[in-house]
Amino acid sequence: MYSQKVMDHFTNPRNIGEVENADGVGMVGNPICGDVMKLSIKVDGDKIVDAKFKTFGCGAAIATSSMVTELVKGKTLEEALEISNKAVAEALDGLPANKMHCSNLAADALHKAIEDYLAKKQATLPEKKRAAGEG
Amino acid sequence: MRTVYVDNAATTRPRPEVVEAMLPYLGEKYGNPSSIYGIAREARAALDEAREKVAAILGADAREIIFTGSGTEADNTAIKGVAFANRQKGDHIITSAIEHHAVLDSVKRLEKHGFRATYVPVDSQGMVDPADVEASITDRTALISIMHANNEVGSIQPIEEIAEIAKKHGVYFHTDAVQTMGHIPVDVNRLGVDLLSLSAHKFYGPKGVGALYARRGVRMERYIDGGGQERNRRAGTESVAGIIGLAKALELASAEMEHERERVSRLRDRLIEGVMDRISHVRLNGHPTRRLPGNVSFCFEFIEGESLLLNLDMLGVCGSSGSACTSGSLEPSHVLLAMGLPHEVAHGSLRLTLGRYNTEEDVDYVLEHLPGIVEKLRAMSPFGTEADFGDASCAKCEDAAQPVGKAR
Ligand SMILES: Cc1ncc(COP(=O)(O)O)c(C=O)c1O
Ligand code: FES
Repeated sequence: MYSQKVMDHFTNPRNIGEVENADGVGMVGNPICGDVMKLSIKVDGDKIVDAKFKTFGCGAAIATSSMVTELVKGKTLEEALEISNKAVAEALDGLPANKMHCSNLAADALHKAIEDYLAKKQATLPEKKRAAGEG
Repeated sequence: MRTVYVDNAATTRPRPEVVEAMLPYLGEKYGNPSSIYGIAREARAALDEAREKVAAILGADAREIIFTGSGTEADNTAIKGVAFANRQKGDHIITSAIEHHAVLDSVKRLEKHGFRATYVPVDSQGMVDPADVEASITDRTALISIMHANNEVGSIQPIEEIAEIAKKHGVYFHTDAVQTMGHIPVDVNRLGVDLLSLSAHKFYGPKGVGALYARRGVRMERYIDGGGQERNRRAGTESVAGIIGLAKALELASAEMEHERERVSRLRDRLIEGVMDRISHVRLNGHPTRRLPGNVSFCFEFIEGESLLLNLDMLGVCGSSGSACTSGSLEPSHVLLAMGLPHEVAHGSLRLTLGRYNTEEDVDYVLEHLPGIVEKLRAMSPFGTEADFGDASCAKCEDAAQPVGKAR
């Protein structure tokens, strides 16, 4: 059912936990639906230097969480906002159709964490870039 | 790697004696039992013998046994067959909220055709209250269908009491005995039912064959139209090998029932106690004592069932879960929800069902590995054992829940 990459990330999830003194935290999903993801990031300048996750959910939810933390490290905030749910799924060699629900979480949580960081800093990114991240 | 198959409620491994009994009918004894020459008569004789055996075990007459293509078909036949044949008399059906979908969806189909239905609730231990059934009966009630034991949580229903109520009110009573047949005593007269469904692959027989018991005199239409097989009540050339396998499996299961029931119940209790001792924030689903010998069903808080199953699978343990993510639907098990479990807890369900091939070593293997898996997943979960399922939101599920602080 799951690709090898999904199973790899599920079996050996990268970056579990919470970043110490996180600069931004995003939590999305709902326990009632069966999936919740909490992503915390450390920002240095305009770059995300660390990201960690905690996830309640199925194999796909855990694998997408793990993958997004890998994808985002070293990216600038603007680049990170452009990581889409689809991109996360693609990086895992795809997800079963009925699991695309979960893959939405990972990028959403990332975007929320960035928003949280920006709100705390009372900073904004250029309008154009923010819109791109809304997808 | 060790394989520990503990999903015996999903299906069971056919016994070698069953396979052996079936083999000739998949090969040289291929005659159509409706024909008249030698190999056909041979098949007919075997079929008759199988019917006699099954009837005897159920306490029924051979003419009251209809072989079907599955337990699902037996359920569909009973419910739709009785409902349509008795529509003039009554168009109301009573069933429970925790039935298998073979029953639930049959009743829902009838509702689309203008019938009315009552789904009686269950308590937190998955038990139907006979008083609720009685209170639901109207002068238009034609059929009551309540399962003998539930396939997910194992609760054994008070069938005898419900049967008495049905009889008192002159309403037909069907029970889905797919999970009990071959595991605990099932006698149609002692239970007092008019119709009863069973399925061979749940008691070490082959898949794709079941049977419906229909008491003499029960008015029902046939569900599958065509030839005159099964005394005109189920068309289609009989699955001779399957039926031989069903009868053989039932014969063996009945002979060993007393012993197996006790042995498997002991394994069950060892597993239940072992898990409760080793793992916190776990709930046992179903009734503590009125439960199927092999059924173990838990909800582990703060984690999700599919990820549990995947981890168990990596260790060779085959189980199942009623989590939404496992079934591919957005809703977790209707059974767990009907028992009043919150959605977030129902997502963490795990069902392990023991059977005749399981040993104490199997149970101990699960007990050795399950705590570590649960711990690992909990360490990964945003919900600690301290925190509750708190503040989170979901863009997809706005109508399923009222998310706090909705996502974009
Ligand atoms: C309670 C119950 N009823 C009906 C069925 C359906 O039986 P079958 O698989 O033979 O169609 C099952 C098995 O899945 C069951 O557990
Ligand atoms: S967490 Fe529910 S489908 Fe993945």
